[in-house]
Amino acid sequence: MSPLAGYLVLSAFLFAIGLAGALTRRNAIIVLIGIELMLNAANLNFIAFWRFSEHPETLTGIMFVIFSIGVAAAEAAVGLALIIAIYRHYKTANVDEVNSLKG
Amino acid sequence: MNIVFAIIAAVTIAASVAAMSLRNLVHCALALALAFAGLAAAYLQLGAQFVGFTQLLVYVGAVAILVVFAILLTRGSEPPQQSVLSPGWLAGIFVTVAVLGVLVYAISKSSVLQHAAPAEAQATVRQIGEALMNKFVLPLEVVGLLLTAALIGAVIIAMKEEGRK
Repeated sequence: MSPLAGYLVLSAFLFAIGLAGALTRRNAIIVLIGIELMLNAANLNFIAFWRFSEHPETLTGIMFVIFSIGVAAAEAAVGLALIIAIYRHYKTANVDEVNSLKG
Repeated sequence: MNIVFAIIAAVTIAASVAAMSLRNLVHCALALALAFAGLAAAYLQLGAQFVGFTQLLVYVGAVAILVVFAILLTRGSEPPQQSVLSPGWLAGIFVTVAVLGVLVYAISKSSVLQHAAPAEAQATVRQIGEALMNKFVLPLEVVGLLLTAALIGAVIIAMKEEGRK
């Protein structure tokens, strides 16, 4: 297996683990953690493709990951604030019990 | 396929499986921090030093701590009375296995793996800084605006609604 294939398979496994957590767990915070893992798997793909590309001096993959990390940080802050607001309203962080709009 | 990559991959996958499967949410957050640190090591191994240390600062330093705060504020540290899995977990596992199978099949058949890799790829901080100030200056400003908006929005969403009651 070539080095690029190794990193791509590692990234695919991370994506699948994050997807499994987001789809099967009840707690909203764990769902958010799973989505963060999926974002990180995508970032690993960008870095691996940048390292093994024919023109690494253009830095495209690096730049994409830097901006992606910035956007993911904003997403995590807003997502956790939403979970705290939902917890204050429903007294639960269980995604199955949060099932009404304008409750 | 060297031994360093094997160690990094094993630690990262084990930590992310733990982060998704442990019952105690605080343990999940700590395993998540370990998984992020493993990814940072993978970036360093790939020669992207700046991104590796950014990953350590932003994810291990900020996002994991934010997750711990959210868990403690929502009393997630208490052990759950009922099952931690949602009712449709079997379908979720099925979808996950299907997605993983498709991804691994696509990687194994990819023509990208046939290209010869360059011996050395380097991204110095000087190169990254010059690119950020010339070619990518507009996206940089937009990300700054986005982070400001997210900061204000997170504070407003999580603020107590006392005036309305």
